Amino acid sequence: MTRVLPYPLLAASLLAMWLLLNGFTPGHLLLGAVIALVASHMMSALQPSKPRLRRWTRIAHLMGIVFVDILRSNIAVARIVLGGKNPQVVSGFVAIPLEMRDPTGLAFLACIITSTPGTAWVEYRSADDLLLIHVLDVVSEDSWSDLIKNRYEALLMEIFE
Amino acid sequence: MSHAANLPLWAALLVALLLVLGSGLTLLGAIGLVRLDSFYKRVHSPTLGTTWGTGGILLGSMLFFSMIEGRPVLHELLIAVFVTVTTPVTLMLLARAALYRDRMEKNPEVPTFTAVAERSSEVVVKGTKNGEPEKS
Repeated sequence: MTRVLPYPLLAASLLAMWLLLNGFTPGHLLLGAVIALVASHMMSALQPSKPRLRRWTRIAHLMGIVFVDILRSNIAVARIVLGGKNPQVVSGFVAIPLEMRDPTGLAFLACIITSTPGTAWVEYRSADDLLLIHVLDVVSEDSWSDLIKNRYEALLMEIFE
Repeated sequence: MSHAANLPLWAALLVALLLVLGSGLTLLGAIGLVRLDSFYKRVHSPTLGTTWGTGGILLGSMLFFSMIEGRPVLHELLIAVFVTVTTPVTLMLLARAALYRDRMEKNPEVPTFTAVAERSSEVVVKGTKNGEPEKS
């Protein structure tokens, strides 16, 4: 199995992408499958790290949470932008000690934090396991680090570690 | 789009609503980019455009073309995926460059990493209040 399909996730996503772009027909299914197989074999020359998914079921849960959070912070940031020079808005840096070390999990966390308006991933050093984010509207510093750690990191660790 | 007239009213309204929502949020993001007063604040504002700004327009496009062609048209999902995956890369490049500049200039608003690491608690440095930079 590993010899035929060195990166099953990559091959599956390539096939899905091919079908989305070209429409679902048996011919494109075959062509897409061949391309996905060849491309994932070529990818093995680069020897990327192989993410291990421990719990598939939690991914939907995480995506749901992130979807709602992005919607909520879109409204919050839009309000700040429209409010203009609002003296109540205090932005600042928040440092968060991370326990997660899995590179794929960290990449997902970066996507989540960046896609959520109002929080931006600024700096991460693996030597200290410390993440620095910038928050547009710091209400309470504790709640931000709680939010990232309990809401996202715990779930990501369940999925990837 | 000569077939656009065949679109049922509810779908036309929904598509229009999604387009206005998406483009409105993108516009708000652009306005925020001009109005906010420091680099780190400005960085937040375009994310409106990369999340629900793009999202609204893509959902509108998916609905419109699915209705017109009578089959699910989903390739817009790829745009959403690639936008989400690539924005952190640009953001990190910009943020690291800004951090480097501010630390070289010893900007008091920006914490050095060692200062952050020494305080093991979560609280770091509060930035400026909007409009009036705090003197330290």
